[in-house]
Amino acid sequence: MSYQFLQILWFILIAVLWIGFYFLEGFDFGVGMLLPFIGKKDTERRAIINSIGSTWDGNEVWLLTAGGATFAAFPEWYATMFSGFYLALFLLLIGLIIRGVAFEYRSKDANPAWRNRFDWMIAVGSFLAALLLGAAFANLARGVPINADKMFTGNLFTLLNPYGLLGGVTTVAVFLLHGANFLGLKLEGALRERVNAAAKKLWIAATVLYIALGIFTYIAGFWARGIVSPGVVPIAAIAFLLAAGYFINQKREGWAFIMVALNVVFTQVTFFLMTFPNVMTSTTNPNWSLTIYNASSSQYTLTVMSIVALIFVPIVLAYQGWTYYMFRKRISDKKESLVY
Amino acid sequence: MDLITLSRWQFGLTTIYHWLFVPLTLGLGWFVAFMQTRYYQTKDETWRKMTKFWGKLFLINFAIGVVTGIVQEFQFGMNWSEYSRYVGDIFGAPLAVEALLAFFMESTFLGIWIFGEGRVPEKAHLASIWLAALGSNLSAIWILLANGFMQAPPAASYVFNEANGRLEMVNFGALVANPKAWIFIWHTLADGLAMASFLILAVSAWHLVRKQNVDFFKRSFQMGALVGLIASTLVFLGGHTMGQYMREVQPMKMAALEALWETEQPAPFSLLTIGDLSGKQEVWSVRIPYAMSFLACNNFSCEVKGVNELQAQYEAQYGPGDYIPLMVVTYWTFRIMMFFGLIMMGASAWFLYATRRKDYENAKWMKLVPFGALFLPYLANASGWLLTEMGRQPWIVYGLLKVQDAVSPNLTVLDLWISLIGYTVVYGSLAVAMVYLMKKTVLAGPDAAIHESVDVAPAIVGSQD
Repeated sequence: MSYQFLQILWFILIAVLWIGFYFLEGFDFGVGMLLPFIGKKDTERRAIINSIGSTWDGNEVWLLTAGGATFAAFPEWYATMFSGFYLALFLLLIGLIIRGVAFEYRSKDANPAWRNRFDWMIAVGSFLAALLLGAAFANLARGVPINADKMFTGNLFTLLNPYGLLGGVTTVAVFLLHGANFLGLKLEGALRERVNAAAKKLWIAATVLYIALGIFTYIAGFWARGIVSPGVVPIAAIAFLLAAGYFINQKREGWAFIMVALNVVFTQVTFFLMTFPNVMTSTTNPNWSLTIYNASSSQYTLTVMSIVALIFVPIVLAYQGWTYYMFRKRISDKKESLVY
Repeated sequence: MDLITLSRWQFGLTTIYHWLFVPLTLGLGWFVAFMQTRYYQTKDETWRKMTKFWGKLFLINFAIGVVTGIVQEFQFGMNWSEYSRYVGDIFGAPLAVEALLAFFMESTFLGIWIFGEGRVPEKAHLASIWLAALGSNLSAIWILLANGFMQAPPAASYVFNEANGRLEMVNFGALVANPKAWIFIWHTLADGLAMASFLILAVSAWHLVRKQNVDFFKRSFQMGALVGLIASTLVFLGGHTMGQYMREVQPMKMAALEALWETEQPAPFSLLTIGDLSGKQEVWSVRIPYAMSFLACNNFSCEVKGVNELQAQYEAQYGPGDYIPLMVVTYWTFRIMMFFGLIMMGASAWFLYATRRKDYENAKWMKLVPFGALFLPYLANASGWLLTEMGRQPWIVYGLLKVQDAVSPNLTVLDLWISLIGYTVVYGSLAVAMVYLMKKTVLAGPDAAIHESVDVAPAIVGSQD
């Protein structure tokens, strides 16, 4: 396999990992943020957590694999992005840490104050993660200051520009909607009613923000900088979001979930199409951008990693898919049937 | 403090903290899987209770190991970007394999295990705990293969690319077959089992002294003693084998952990050495003749190079600089690790011998077990990591890249203070919650564990309604 083919292949593979992560952990983050608002009683909150209980940790591994794959396939991208976004990633890590522990610890003590505290840790952790991921990707789309030595020359405030913030808030809103739709599929009774009502309101917020982000992207010219035009992909993404609104009003939860999921997927596809072949665009000098060519590993490493991925990715997909199948039933908030 | 010092402190603290939880996860997973298998085979209710009780402690511990592991993967890029650029071509691969092969397996099957009882077939539920335990141990193998490259890069695995100034992988097989890494893996996986054994011994002894759930805890105690003896012996043998390699690939670490200033043949083992305040000059020492030669090469006559000769040799090879690790740390961590390890071996042998008597739980020494057995493996573990990581200073990749050249140059001292304080506060709070839950679960005993983890009775789990 030619070197260039491998570099493109790994760009696509990393894109797939991020897309998978956004799709799967996107609703986990949404569920986490909705938890203290939708769940009024302890059993309700437990039912909400159990809707993602058996799968959230596996979903989060998509992020870890995206990180590991970036390190292995594009070390310069990994080094520049992770050191450049230092404080943002630090906050993301804190969010993921408090959220992950809280899932496991909230039910291990019966004290209501204990449980409430950990429930809020889940919500705040999920919010931080969604906000920072959204802001990080928006900044990648916008471009960041990078010098001739592939080094990021800004700081946290460089990332807190209007476009970055809009990207963060929009991601939060879309994930909230994605989470609400997921809960609509997994819960029953009063909880299901409540979450479907929330989805209606969240859809309005998500759609307004999403369209604003799209217009900003277009007007500011972040659109057509790469060599591939995203073409109809972003238009389809908007269409899916609008269709989701229709299905939410029709109480067709399955279709509503699929539409928002497609919106999330197509949005990420748009991002990767917009940026290709750059992985980090330099606003200091376009020639100093990191590309799949100047940031990648050697041909040998990419070949080895391709073989590893070819063997293990199908296996992982098979058993993760099986998990969703095994836990496909709706979850009741009746005490007798809840796993704590 | 400057950027490098702060970055080192942060890496050291977050890694040691992560490493307080991981060994227990590595070992206890196997125990729980074995217990559940015995229940599956015999339908003996005690095995089921054992699975639940030790499984609950496993989960409380596991949660922190997992979340602090995310920091580990991210901080190579965040804090050590120049390192990541320099070795990413090689070091990234085992890390990516770890995520793909081990993290997915561990997290997915643990999820099935926690929520799957009664929902997935019994056999699949049993398989899920074995796969989760296997996944976490596979993860340890791959990260140690990565660490093995930093400790002793196999010459056949890489070349230096003049054009881009980076190391590039030329032989993945040589990276994976790194003998130094496999001794590490042997030492570490056995250490996980020893750690779990000693937690089980400590908790069991606490209850046995109080005559609670005697059958349950006697069975646990016996398992802990048997596995503890086998595992701590394997840890010791692994450590000893590591010594032989160290003499060849990291002679400076060998000399530094021994505070051996001048090359000696045969070399003595130091019982006590006092250095001056700089930690780099010997003032006074008591030594056992020949013993160090035995540790380093399994005979009583070989030469062990001293710090001074190695320093001169390294200066000639790599240019001027200080190539001596902080000896007060290497010297004492080696002693704590080794002596505590030996005590663990001796103690578990004694426990196993003592369990031949039917009423061993009444013996006076049992009262000491809960406290002694708990802190020995933790201190030995932390010391071992400090020794192996600080003993290779100033190198981040031995002989190839120094720590001072590996740090992310774009970070400021303020960035580091923010993250260092942030991690400390969050990690500290988590430790408080974790210790509280562990203690509560241990004191509540097996009956509480079995109720709470199956269907919830309102009397046991309070709720807000």
